Amino acid sequence: MAIDFAEEVDHVAHLARLTLDWEEKVRMAEQLSKILETARRVQELDTTGIEPTAHVITLPAVLREDLTRPSLPLNRVLQNAPTRQKDFFRVPSITAVKQVEE
Amino acid sequence: MKLYEKTAADLGRLFQKKEVSAVEVVRSFLDRIEKVEPYLKAFITHTPAMALETANEIDNRRMSGEELHPLAGVPIAIKDNMCTEGLRTTCASRILENFIPPYDAAVVGALKRVGMPLLGKTNMDEFAMGSSTENSAFFTTRNPWDRERVPGGSSGGSAVVVSAGMAPLALGSDTGGSIRQPASFCGLIGLRPTYGRVSRYGLIAFASSLDQIGPFSLTALDGALLMNIIAGYDPLDSTSLPESVPDYPLGLEEDVKKLRIGIIRQNVSKDFDPEVTAAVMKLVSILEENGAEIDEVSLPLTDYGLGAYYLIAPAEASSNLGRYDGVRYGHNAGGDDIESMFSRTRGEGFGPEVKRRIMIGTYALSAGYFDAFYLQAMKVRTLIRRDYAIAFNRFDLLVGATTPTPAFKIGEKTDDPLQMYLSDICNITDALAGLPSLSVPSGLHSNGLPMGTQLTAPAFQEGLLFKVANFLEQKRDPLPRWPRVELPEGGLQ
Repeated sequence: MAIDFAEEVDHVAHLARLTLDWEEKVRMAEQLSKILETARRVQELDTTGIEPTAHVITLPAVLREDLTRPSLPLNRVLQNAPTRQKDFFRVPSITAVKQVEE
Repeated sequence: MKLYEKTAADLGRLFQKKEVSAVEVVRSFLDRIEKVEPYLKAFITHTPAMALETANEIDNRRMSGEELHPLAGVPIAIKDNMCTEGLRTTCASRILENFIPPYDAAVVGALKRVGMPLLGKTNMDEFAMGSSTENSAFFTTRNPWDRERVPGGSSGGSAVVVSAGMAPLALGSDTGGSIRQPASFCGLIGLRPTYGRVSRYGLIAFASSLDQIGPFSLTALDGALLMNIIAGYDPLDSTSLPESVPDYPLGLEEDVKKLRIGIIRQNVSKDFDPEVTAAVMKLVSILEENGAEIDEVSLPLTDYGLGAYYLIAPAEASSNLGRYDGVRYGHNAGGDDIESMFSRTRGEGFGPEVKRRIMIGTYALSAGYFDAFYLQAMKVRTLIRRDYAIAFNRFDLLVGATTPTPAFKIGEKTDDPLQMYLSDICNITDALAGLPSLSVPSGLHSNGLPMGTQLTAPAFQEGLLFKVANFLEQKRDPLPRWPRVELPEGGLQ
């Protein structure tokens, strides 16, 4: 059974905050269907009662003393800022309400 | 023999006998780079002035009688996904094209403390996603053994630099084969260390539960010397392991008697190029003649490993690459509101393969698919670890081919991502299990290209991998030290 990814592309691209043009969407739908077809073979295995591995090492949470240590100077932190205002990263409005097309 | 033809260990010996200066050595490599780099394009950024400055400082300190590390003054190149303070670090991506890190990666700091001159930052697949270095946003690197072919990837630039004599050592990173596969394609030793052995602090993240930094070298001894410098606990990496680090070159000369070696049936598949498999069996027979005990072992989950890997790695990538939003660093495409700025910045800044992986990962983590894809992949990862644990009850070491074929042609697999992914089929399951794994050259194919044999050991057994690789270096038929790089005007270099 083929996975039809075409319907999903817009939704997933939105979740990933990724602008794709029409051509990219068409290609993505085709390629991702094939890739996911292979990937979903993991579903053939019976994993009842198997714990998932998120990490191969099981270290206890690493704790350290809560001490103040020197941080990077502000200028170095901001040296790569695409847009900067005084000692801040500048971004467009985060409160502007976008018209959502239904 | 020219200085650029020497191994790192040999250069170290020359330094200690004061027969040559670090500046002379760096100049030799810089000359070599000038000659062959235009035809191979392995570097994204060259740092000749920096290299000479370090070399000069090392020479002065050595002259004044200071006791220095054996590799002090031996130059190195590093993959462009490791942060270098004040020096552009791009990850071969448009989105980081002008990124200047404010700090050094832990491994970079370690190299600087030893005094290894940095020759430059090497080309790679964008964000280390790829198997050919064709996914670099800047240019494709060529294989010095045949310039029409890929060097492998994602650490292709680092492999080419060492293979073509532009540096005696290089660092790469391996998430699912990105050191071992290019090492195999370029005829080198390439090690993926145990997960947690080398600090990932300052390594630009792709898939955090899989990424590991490791060495490319001409010999097992050189790789062992470099591992001595980069391995160890780092409080700045919360997945760094506290186990003490052995002296890797120590014990390199031991024999292989009674070593129990398992040939992984899936990694000497009849679907592979028969010469690749024959070369693996040739090396195995050398080990057997010298007292190793050989048997076959099956890792039946290998096929499922590819599926698990292409869910887990993209899922982690989609999360890790969330940080590229145009706010703190990197490309910014502008926009009227913050969400359109995020989406446009990422749409413009990422290349096709990175977008594919972000999409797969986001899909696998999204509501309704999480259990069936991501969670199931993590459970399969547990089964794979169990398979290896069982195999290592019977064996000390597992072997197979590093890659199913020698290097493929540039452009051959770019239209079919799945075919590209399959070129890493032998390198994925041990990465998922967090095990150390090394590619050692196993000979030349009849088409003149190098082939590799992969050795996989239990966690923390990097020393065993170097020992067996060193043994094979001594006993196998000698290989050409490196390719004669054919220059377009004719003639060999």
